[in-house]
Amino acid sequence: MKAKHQRLVLVVLALVALIGAALLAIYALRNQASYFYLPEQMAENPPEVGQAVRLGGMVAPGSLETQADGITVTFTVTGREQSAVPVRYAGILPDLFVEGSGVVAEGRLLADGTFVADNLLAKHDENYVPRELEGMSEHQAAEMAEETTVGLE
Amino acid sequence: MHGFANPKRFLALASWLTPLLLVSGLVLTAGALFWGFTQVPPDRLMGETVRILFIHVPTAWLGMGGWTAIAISSLVFLVWRHPLAAIAARGAAVPGLIFTLICLATGSIWGRPTWGTWWVWDGRLTSMLVLAFLYVAYIALAQSAEREGVSARIPAIFGLLGAVNIPIINRSVVWWNSLHQPPSITMGKSAIDGIFLAPLLVAVIGFSLIFGGVVLARMRALLADIQAEARLRRRAMEAD
Repeated sequence: MKAKHQRLVLVVLALVALIGAALLAIYALRNQASYFYLPEQMAENPPEVGQAVRLGGMVAPGSLETQADGITVTFTVTGREQSAVPVRYAGILPDLFVEGSGVVAEGRLLADGTFVADNLLAKHDENYVPRELEGMSEHQAAEMAEETTVGLE
Repeated sequence: MHGFANPKRFLALASWLTPLLLVSGLVLTAGALFWGFTQVPPDRLMGETVRILFIHVPTAWLGMGGWTAIAISSLVFLVWRHPLAAIAARGAAVPGLIFTLICLATGSIWGRPTWGTWWVWDGRLTSMLVLAFLYVAYIALAQSAEREGVSARIPAIFGLLGAVNIPIINRSVVWWNSLHQPPSITMGKSAIDGIFLAPLLVAVIGFSLIFGGVVLARMRALLADIQAEARLRRRAMEAD
C-alpha cells in the first residue's frame, strides 16, 4: 500500500514539474511561434524594410482593386484594432480569397509602408455554412444561420 | 475495475466485444460518410471540399485521443503496476498513429484548394506532425522494451512525457496566430451548421468504435504473443 502511494506521489510531482516546464517554454515562445503578424503587431514592432515576413488579417471590404495591368491587385489588411496595412500582389489569387475574409500574405514591407506579397494564402474561419444560405439577403441568411447553427455568435 | 485487470477475464470480454465494436463502427462510419459525401449541400465558401471534414475531424480527435489513452494507461501501469495497462497503452499506439497520419494527409489535401498550400509550419500543423513522430518513437520504444527485455516502465514514462503535446495541439490555434482556423466546436457550442454537424457526429461515433475495436484486437494479439513466448520458454527449460 505504501509503495503504491509513494509511486503515485512521485508520478504526480513529475507531471507537475513537466507541465510547469512546458508552460514556461510556451510562454517564452508565445511570439516566435505565431505564423504571422497582425497589422497592429506590425505597426507596433515593424520588421526591417525588405525582411521576409508574413502579414495576416482580414481583407477590408471595398478595398480590393485590380490595377490597369490586369494581374496586380491592391487591398488593405485590417486586424482586430484600427490599424491597417496596404498590400500589393501580382499573381493568381486563391479560390477562397474574397473581401471580408481572412488572408495570410508572405512578402516584405517597403519603406513607404506598403506590403508587397509574393504569395497569398486564404484563411478559412471556423464557420461552416451550406451554400443555400448564399443566395438569400444577408438578413435572411443570418436568420437562417441563427436557427440552424448552435451558439453561433 | 480490478476484475478486468485479470487477463483471462479481459480476453473473455474482448473476444465478443472486438467484432461487435468493429462491425458497428464500420456500419456507422460507412453510413455517415455516405450521408456526408452525397446528401449534404456544398459549403458557402469551400464548395465540395467541405466533405473532407467528415474524415479529417474524427481522425484528428482520435489521433489525440489515442495518446490520451496511452498516457492514462501508462499512469495506471506506473502507479498500480497493472500489466494489462501496459498492454492497453501499446494497443492504442498503432491505431493512434494511423489516425494521426490520415488526419495529416486529409488536412494537406484540404489545404491545397482552400488555403492555397499543401503544408505550412504553423502551430497546429507542426504540433500534429510532432504527435505522429511521438507515436513512431513510442512504438519503437515499446517494441524494443519487449524484445530486449528492458523494463516496460521506460515506454510508460515516455507515454506520460509525450502527453504534454496534447494540450499544445488543442490550444495551438488559440495561443498563436495560425493559418488553421480556431476551433469550430467548443464546450456546448458549434460554429458548424447543423446540416454538417449531424453526419460529423455520427462519423465521430463510428470512427471511435472502429478505434476501440482495433485497440482490443491489438491487445489480444499482444497478449497471445506474450503467452506463446512464455510457453516456448517453459518448453525450452523442460528440454534442458
